[in-house]
Amino acid sequence: MNVMTNPAALDVERIRADFPILTQTIRGKKLVFLDSAASAQKPRAVIDAMVNAMETQYANVHRGLHWMSERTTESFEGCRDAAAALMNARDRSEIVFTGNSTGAINLLAHSYGRGILKPGQAVLISGMEHHSNIVPWQLLREDRGIELRVAPVTDAGELDMAAFEALLQDAKVGLVAMTHMSNVLGTVTPAERIVQVAHAHGAKVMFDGSQAIVHRKVDVQALDCDFYVWTGHKLYGPTGIGVLWARRELLEAMPPFFGGGDMISSVTYEKSTWAEVPHKFEAGTPAILEGIGLKAAIDYVQAIGYDALAAHEASLTEHALARLATVPDLRIIGQAQDRGGVVSFVLGKAHAHDVATLLDRQGIAVRAGHHCAEPLMHRFGLDSTARASFGVYTTHAEIDALADGLVRVRDFFA
Amino acid sequence: MSGTDNFDDLRDLYQEVILDHGRHPRHAQRLQTFDATAKGDNPMCGDRVQVWVKYDGDRLDHVGFEARGCAISVASADLMAETVQGRAKADTKALFEAFRTMARTGACPDCGGALAEPLERLAPLSGVHEYPSRVKCATLPWHALIAALDGTKEASSE
Repeated sequence: MNVMTNPAALDVERIRADFPILTQTIRGKKLVFLDSAASAQKPRAVIDAMVNAMETQYANVHRGLHWMSERTTESFEGCRDAAAALMNARDRSEIVFTGNSTGAINLLAHSYGRGILKPGQAVLISGMEHHSNIVPWQLLREDRGIELRVAPVTDAGELDMAAFEALLQDAKVGLVAMTHMSNVLGTVTPAERIVQVAHAHGAKVMFDGSQAIVHRKVDVQALDCDFYVWTGHKLYGPTGIGVLWARRELLEAMPPFFGGGDMISSVTYEKSTWAEVPHKFEAGTPAILEGIGLKAAIDYVQAIGYDALAAHEASLTEHALARLATVPDLRIIGQAQDRGGVVSFVLGKAHAHDVATLLDRQGIAVRAGHHCAEPLMHRFGLDSTARASFGVYTTHAEIDALADGLVRVRDFFA
Repeated sequence: MSGTDNFDDLRDLYQEVILDHGRHPRHAQRLQTFDATAKGDNPMCGDRVQVWVKYDGDRLDHVGFEARGCAISVASADLMAETVQGRAKADTKALFEAFRTMARTGACPDCGGALAEPLERLAPLSGVHEYPSRVKCATLPWHALIAALDGTKEASSE
């Protein structure tokens, strides 16, 4: 694909000008930030939205009768509309704000896991989950005797669909909880097919879209899934706010998780009644400024458009796979057909932490470690990998810098 | 590129002595006979080390280790084994405290004192203080050694 003539291609230099941090130098070198999958940088629009709210219209939401509170409520609730539109939710009430993806999955494990699933049923995850989509289900297993099943990953780093389907055969699986895009392998899972198969066996489906929603258009109605979670800070928004989307009827059937202010209809010592969804799941003062910031981030992403985002990511990934293949002794972990802009690798016998530190010396930021996915590391016989991941502001030249930097690290250790 | 590249920008932490001990550790072996052993584990990065100690009275006669980890942790384990050999237990603990300060801060308040000579040998590792996430790589083998001296089986890095 020739990026220069691709009508969907974005003007990356213009994009970069929107991100103030990208002008920083690190250890005397120009910053090459290749760790967006851990957390993305923030555009000026997000920074300004949050600062502006604090400087001109800040108050608590949902309860004040005064001008400031009404304006802040309007701004904050605007994020719910933006998130609903981003995912093509049927209704804004299907958007529940949480602290992050982890918070959303824990909410689900409590309210759906303990409130709806029954002992003897099972939750089915994949072998490439982040710890945040493993541990809440282990806690549920220990608490309620709900089985935890794991669908294996192939050597290429893809979901083993035959094994996945076999694990659903006994109809005990009440919920499939799976990544939409691996934070280690970059694998994009076949979401539509997963939903079809799971629904055919009576299981609901949750996707962890923390990585996927950064790069791909997510349409929850087209996917036909039941739950979808993601986090704001990877989508160029602030930390501290995430989203649980669920079908309204499921949210209505689920008991609340946190109790407190904002989530009630009325309270007496004998009995309390719950607010309508989504507020039933949003106890306490929410992440107001973060919501306002996330609204700006969603607007920013929508203005660029997912066609351009996906084309940019595909072009970067293709370039990275080609360039990294020229680095002697480098091995990429994960060869999925459908993959996104996250590339994990090992470099000869060099430990991933040494690789990351020596890249950092050259101004290049990558992640190294087990990436909160220890079982997946063990699946590939590894303790750790280094990982480069891309964002809307990543350039081909930065990937070249990574490849050149890795050749130097390799020669340094040779 | 490598023909003319002297890697100056990469050497502040990875000095030649660290690369050398990381690549060719002299003491990376399980002792056949030993009096104490302990493991160290850094779950964050998967680094694992086991240390074996043979005493001669109150002194550490021999120290061996097996490590799976980064160049910094292997080099630190090897330099540690080399430096504590023949040293009294109490002395070894004092040396650990001084080394830990050096690894965390880069400063060496004890370098003028009785431990000046061993600390000078460990000094190439002081560069880790600029990399807070890497300090534990350098101190993990020491935690395992001190755990062995104290008769506990497991140590984890702080």
